This record gives sequence, structure tokens and C-alpha cells, in this order.
Amino acid sequence: MNNLLVLPLLIPAFTAVILIFLKDRINLQRIISAVSVFMNIAVAVVIVYQVSTNGIQTLYMGGWMPPYGIVFVADMFAALLVLTTSVVGAACLFYSFASIGEQRERFYFYTFFHFLLTGVFGSFLTGDLFNLFVCFEVLLVASYAMIVLGGTKVQLRETLKYILVNVISSSLFVAAIAYLYAATGTLNMAHLAMRVAEAGQGGVMNVIAVLLLLVFSLKAGLLLFFWLPDSYSAPPLAVRALFGALLTKVGLYAITRTFSLIFVHDPGLTHTLIGWMAGATMILGAVGALAYNDLSRIFNYNIVISVGFIAFGISTLTQDSLNGVVFYLMHDMIAKALLFFLGGLIIAASGTEQLRQMGGLIRRYPWTGWMFFILTLALVGVPPLSGFAGKVMMVRSGFGEQHAALALIALASSFVVLYSLIKVFQQVFWGGEKNEVEVHPLRYKAMMAPAAVLFTLVILMGVGAETVNGYVLQAGAVLADPAEYINAVMKE
Amino acid sequence: MELLIVLAIGVLFTVGVYLVLSKSLLRILLGTTLLTHGVHLLLLTMAGLKTGASPLLGEKADAYVDPLPQALILTSIVISFGVSAFFIVLAYRAYRSAGMDDVEGSKGERE
Repeated sequence: MNNLLVLPLLIPAFTAVILIFLKDRINLQRIISAVSVFMNIAVAVVIVYQVSTNGIQTLYMGGWMPPYGIVFVADMFAALLVLTTSVVGAACLFYSFASIGEQRERFYFYTFFHFLLTGVFGSFLTGDLFNLFVCFEVLLVASYAMIVLGGTKVQLRETLKYILVNVISSSLFVAAIAYLYAATGTLNMAHLAMRVAEAGQGGVMNVIAVLLLLVFSLKAGLLLFFWLPDSYSAPPLAVRALFGALLTKVGLYAITRTFSLIFVHDPGLTHTLIGWMAGATMILGAVGALAYNDLSRIFNYNIVISVGFIAFGISTLTQDSLNGVVFYLMHDMIAKALLFFLGGLIIAASGTEQLRQMGGLIRRYPWTGWMFFILTLALVGVPPLSGFAGKVMMVRSGFGEQHAALALIALASSFVVLYSLIKVFQQVFWGGEKNEVEVHPLRYKAMMAPAAVLFTLVILMGVGAETVNGYVLQAGAVLADPAEYINAVMKE
Repeated sequence: MELLIVLAIGVLFTVGVYLVLSKSLLRILLGTTLLTHGVHLLLLTMAGLKTGASPLLGEKADAYVDPLPQALILTSIVISFGVSAFFIVLAYRAYRSAGMDDVEGSKGERE
């Protein structure tokens, strides 16, 4: 029992409720939000520390022993993602201060922001499948509101599509839960894992596993990403950064959890399917990233590529690749948020999203330019930076497990990422200046500060990969051996 | 009994999917509603439809029906209720500000 585990949920939820009452007092809203995100980071650090010293932490809600009550579980994987989410969330908050605009702030932007964080933290920490569904809905409803807030025509149109896709995938999720309950009689993940292992995974269980994969793939944008590039182009950039960094990763987390804990007994079917979906995702994402000349599309298809890459790591299901998945997920959350931060600066400074109308920004914004360049190298996975370690682990075990074709696709996708982002760098920062929109220097500094923090993290995570890897190994070990998770939850 | 309900759920799903694939936004809304009806019935059915008292301890019966799926359905109903309300108001906004009802016609133009 560890009551600390509920704090990542309680802090943003309480903050959101308090902010409802402070509609017109924007400065107070900002101060409370800032205090709240720093508390989140502190709590997350303590949880990571506790998990690293005392092993998996559990919290039985209301004192009911599993499988009867809802249990919150923090293994190292969940703890690290909670920490990364709180850091990225804090950066996104400070970026919103500078860029979101008073009109949106007045209409409960920060309330939605904190409810979104509540949902994300809950999804990472919960040990119950139906509770996962509820946390998904919490974050999705907040994300609907954040996409449409402002109410431009594009936002209205894209939100309609986004809600429709998510309503359908949520219905499928409930259907999958119904089947799973009929087949096993439980919804606690650890208990489910035991029951599935006893009953043997075949027939009905495989159908349910594939249905769950379908649901989570819709959320994560794995192969079923048709809704993503348009929806993520609609809201303001602070919101896009938050979505790009967190939302698809929650889906990926759910896939990782489900297919490393519950449905691991027939990898020939499920994990091969994940593998091919990952391959197709990387290829289609690459096509999109190469095809467009507009900044937001290129960035969005880069999200798709990395989703495919992580899913490829999940599909091989070795200790090494699961370590890689954990490492790369953390790197990708930070790096994608940073990518959108810098993209926001570029768009603000050139007044357009079309690459052809940009140019020569390096003279006015040398720092932004070189940060973007180094970030590109980090996303590609050039050695001293943060993207390298995760990619190496995943690709290496891909070759080791005879998934050579997929590993080659994964390597090729890195070149596409390099090409598409260097193209952006070249068009935006080199050449003659085309559009001159002055960004207010104070606003520029306010937008640069959170970007600089995340940039430092990208560098530190790469240089200090050995230290980070200590924690990652612990996370990968639990993922590779579900018995450890089950024992921690069901011990009494 | 289960077979009968499952067939009914199948019909709900079929009609729901058909409506979601149509052009008009209002029909899509109705389609999602039917889909959620379908999954809620599915939750109830999949837990078993054996006879028993309603889950109130005051009944003092020998056997009760399974209380868990009823709680799950109740949760899911309010969630889909909230989302539907949001969706409907959004459709209204889209209709008022952009004259959108035909989904096919709403693509293409950019701001």
C-alpha cells in the first residue's frame, strides 16, 4: 500500500476544479497551474525513487483487495511515463502561457489542461481495464474541448471527425471489455493475466486480443491513423504539442501493457500482427512526411512514424526490445513536444505554415535554428543524443529475432525522418528572408524558455543514457516477466 | 434468451454502422447513439442473463444477478451521455457557423 500513487491523479483534478471558480482571474489561474505542475513533478520523482528502491508499488482503493477493488499499480514503466508526462506537461503549460492567448485562457483552457493530465496519469497508473476505459474518456473529453476551444471553422470540422472516431473506438472498447468479462469473469489486469494463462490463449481470447489491439491502435494512430494528420492540424500549437507528446503515447502504453502482461501466450498471432501493422504504419507515415510541404502535416506524419517504430519494438517482445520501447517512448514524448514548440516559433515568426513561403530565419533566430537542427539529429537517433539508445535496442533485437524486414523498414524510416526534417530546416532557416513577421521579444523569450528546458533534457538523456538505462532496465524486466507484476498486485 | 438479445444487439450494430456511414451529420449522431445502446446491452448480456433477484440485499434471495456489469453500464451510460451532449452541441455550432450538415461537403476548403 502506498497512498502516494493517487496524488498524480488528485493534484491535477483538484487544480482543475479550483480553476473553474477563477474564470476571469487569469494571472491567478496561471500561478495555481504552475504550482500544480511542479507538485506533479515532485510527486513523480518520489514515485520513481520508491519504485527503484522498493519495487512495484500498489494502492488498493478503499482497502479492497484485488481483484475486488480497483488497484493502482506503479511499476517502473508506469512511473517513468508519469514522470515524463509531468515534465512535458509542465513545459506545455509554460508554453501555453506565452502562446495561447487571453481569449482561450478566459474560457477554461487551464481547467481542460489539468483534466487532460488527470486522464493521462490515470491511464498510466491504473491496474483495472474498465478504469482504464474511464481514464481514457477523461482525457478524451478534455481533448475534445481543447481541440475545439476557439471555435474556428477548421477546428469545428476537425473536432467533429475526431469525436466520431473516438466515440466509435470507445464503443468498441466497451464491447471488448464485455467479451473479456464474459470469457474470464474479471477486469483486474493482473487477475486477467492469470485467468488468460490458465484458460490458454486461443479462439475467443485471440479474438478479444485483436479487438483490443484495434481499439488501442485507433487511439495510438497505429495503422488506423487516418484521423490524426487533420485533427492535429486544427488546434493552436501549445495544444498540438500536448497532444503529439501525450495522447498517442497513452494508446501505445495500453498496447504495451496489454500485450506484455495479458495476451502473451500466442505471440505468433498477436505480435506478428502488431509487427506488420507497425511496418505499414512506418511506410505510410514516411509517405506522408515526404509528400507535404506544410509544416504541421510533416510534423504530424513524423508522429505517425514514431508510433510505428515503437510498435515495432513491442512486436518483437524480447527484454532488449522492451527496454528500447521504454527508452524510446520517454525520448519521443520529450522530443515531439520540443518539435512542436519550435514549430510554433517558426510559424509565429513567418506567419504561415507553408514551407515554400518561409526562408532565412537563421539570421533572426539562430538559437531556434540550431536547436531545431540538433533536435532533428536526436529524432533520427544520432549517437550522443537521446533517440539513439532506444532505437539501437529495438533494431538490434529486431535483427536477432529474425524480424529483419521490419528492422530494415525501421532503419529506413529514420532516414525519412532525417530527410523530412532537414528539408524543413533548410527551407525555413536558410536562403533569403521571405516573410518578416516580428515576434515580440518578450513573447519570444517566454516561448523559448520551455523549449530550452526540454532541449536540455534531450541532450542530458542522450549523454546520461547510462544512468537513465538503469531505470529503463528495471522497467523492461517487469514488462518481459509478467509474473513480477502479477505477484506484486495479487500477493495477499 | 442470450441468443435473442445478441441478435437484437447485432441489429443495433448494423443499423448504427449504416447510419454512421451516411452523409448527414444528424444521422451520424443517431448512429453513434445506437452503437452505444448496442454495447450497453452487450455488457448486460455477456455477463449472463440467468434469473435471480435484483442486486439488493434486502431481497434475501438465494441467487442474485451479477451486480458488476450493471455498475459498468451505469458508468458507461453517463460517459456516453456527456459525450453525446457535447457532440450534439458541436454539430449545432457547426451548422450555425458554417452551415454544415452534409459531411461530404465539409472537406476541402481551408482557412
